Amino acid sequence: MRLSKAWIIASRDFKIFRHQKNIWYSIIVVPLIISIIFPLILEFAGRRTGGIPVAQLPPLLNSFSFFFVIAAVFIPISIASYSIVGEKIEKSLEPLLATPITDGEILFGKTLSALLPVLASLYVGASIFMVLVDEVTFHKLGYYYFPNWSIGVILVILVPIAVTLSVEFSVIVSSRVNDVRSANSYGILMLLPLGGIYLAGELGLISLDTTNLFIISGIFLALDVILFFVSTAAFRREEILTKWK
Amino acid sequence: MTVLIDAENLTKKFGDITAVEDLTFHVEEGEIFGFLGPNGAGKTTTIRMLCCLISKTSGSARIAGYEIGNKIDSLKIRKIIGLVPDNVGLSEHLSAYDNLDFYGRIYDCTDTQRKESIQRFLEMLGLWEKRNFLAGTFSKGMKQKLAIARALIHDPQILFLDEPTVNLDPESAKTVREFILDLKKQKKTIFLNTHNLDEAQRICDKIGILNTKLRAIGTSQELEQSVSGRKTVIVLEQVNDVILSTLKKLLLRNLTSDGNKITFDVVDPDKENSAVVEAIVLAGGHVRTINVVGSTLEDAYLKLVRT
Repeated sequence: MRLSKAWIIASRDFKIFRHQKNIWYSIIVVPLIISIIFPLILEFAGRRTGGIPVAQLPPLLNSFSFFFVIAAVFIPISIASYSIVGEKIEKSLEPLLATPITDGEILFGKTLSALLPVLASLYVGASIFMVLVDEVTFHKLGYYYFPNWSIGVILVILVPIAVTLSVEFSVIVSSRVNDVRSANSYGILMLLPLGGIYLAGELGLISLDTTNLFIISGIFLALDVILFFVSTAAFRREEILTKWK
Repeated sequence: MTVLIDAENLTKKFGDITAVEDLTFHVEEGEIFGFLGPNGAGKTTTIRMLCCLISKTSGSARIAGYEIGNKIDSLKIRKIIGLVPDNVGLSEHLSAYDNLDFYGRIYDCTDTQRKESIQRFLEMLGLWEKRNFLAGTFSKGMKQKLAIARALIHDPQILFLDEPTVNLDPESAKTVREFILDLKKQKKTIFLNTHNLDEAQRICDKIGILNTKLRAIGTSQELEQSVSGRKTVIVLEQVNDVILSTLKKLLLRNLTSDGNKITFDVVDPDKENSAVVEAIVLAGGHVRTINVVGSTLEDAYLKLVRT
């Protein structure tokens, strides 16, 4: 695996993304909404009745933080789907596969092109989120809630794992469909289990504390490994040229 | 002459379907080799095998001495070849310049090499002025030219072209053909898939006729001569039923009439034509002209792909 080759693929994709408004919207808008909407909810929810009780704030903030994991799965779907289905539509993979580059280098390049902008946007969004949340909760809690171990685990461990999972899933889906919209629709299925975890957290069925976040990270990592083998099998050049729809 | 492409009993099967079977041929350095065949004959499959894009089922092939199917050799082969697939496969949201620059980087060309090659090829193909336009805005002909430039960016020894003039207007097709001939002058070895007989005849040194199996191989002239028999074309003042029934009695091969013209296959025109003319005259016909024409590449092609 030559990282330089993967980087050439990724940087070409970045150039292509410059012309894709949909990708820009999802990269910029989704983290921005999370980072602004939740602090606003905290500021205005239950204002007449004295606001959200202090005891409920930590689990609620942990649940809100989990939205960055959901975004980490959601945003790469559109990028990876476009990146791979777009190549299928333009039939630009065949000449690329005829060059001295390996399938793994192409796939890793595609992963980087989805991973890096998403991580950058989520980290910027999370920074805004933490500052605003601290701003609106400090007077109640008496301390700055963020940064803490939970958001650290989310941003440093869970988000990169979730982005990778999403890219791998998108590769598998993209090998079976012929348009970006279908790829996106299938990709949305990935959000269901995450939505379930978030709801369970909101309903108090599980606590999204550091320990549970580590467990979720472990499960995601295991899924990452499984999907890595499935996606690399789907991304073999002979498969691409003869079996991809 | 060095043999650059050497295939021996090369076969590819997709499940129970045989795409190509027992291909044995070789292409020498600096040669333009044309693969002629109908749709589904296995031309693209052959190119894909030779470019190490898909595996072979059996047989062997060497490109510049490197074995296809061998993982290490495959990377070496892909360094010394350029491919223009049947679908040009450009990144439509990149400019013409960026499309070429990307491939130059993949092939490890230096900044200077890339800049020089991109300018040279875009100027040669008349696209330099449009280098900053997105490839998606180009016409089919321009895209085809850009795809050829892309395949040449690393100065490959061998160029594989899969139907490079299909769907092009006559002027663009001519430009592409002239460019291919220019490449021959630069000693490039070219493997060309086409179903355009005229194109094959004009630019190929050697032609293989393929329909799953390799039906024949040789120069255009050799293929024409390989089809036995010639045609006699007799123009009469008037063709009537009496003349036609008389000729039918002579059991001429592939006898056809079109207006006042009669055509049939002959093996020995000197002997056969005099008997035919005599029969026509006896039936009351008046002969204006007699011509004997040889088989064309089209005749050879049609005969060979149908066998």
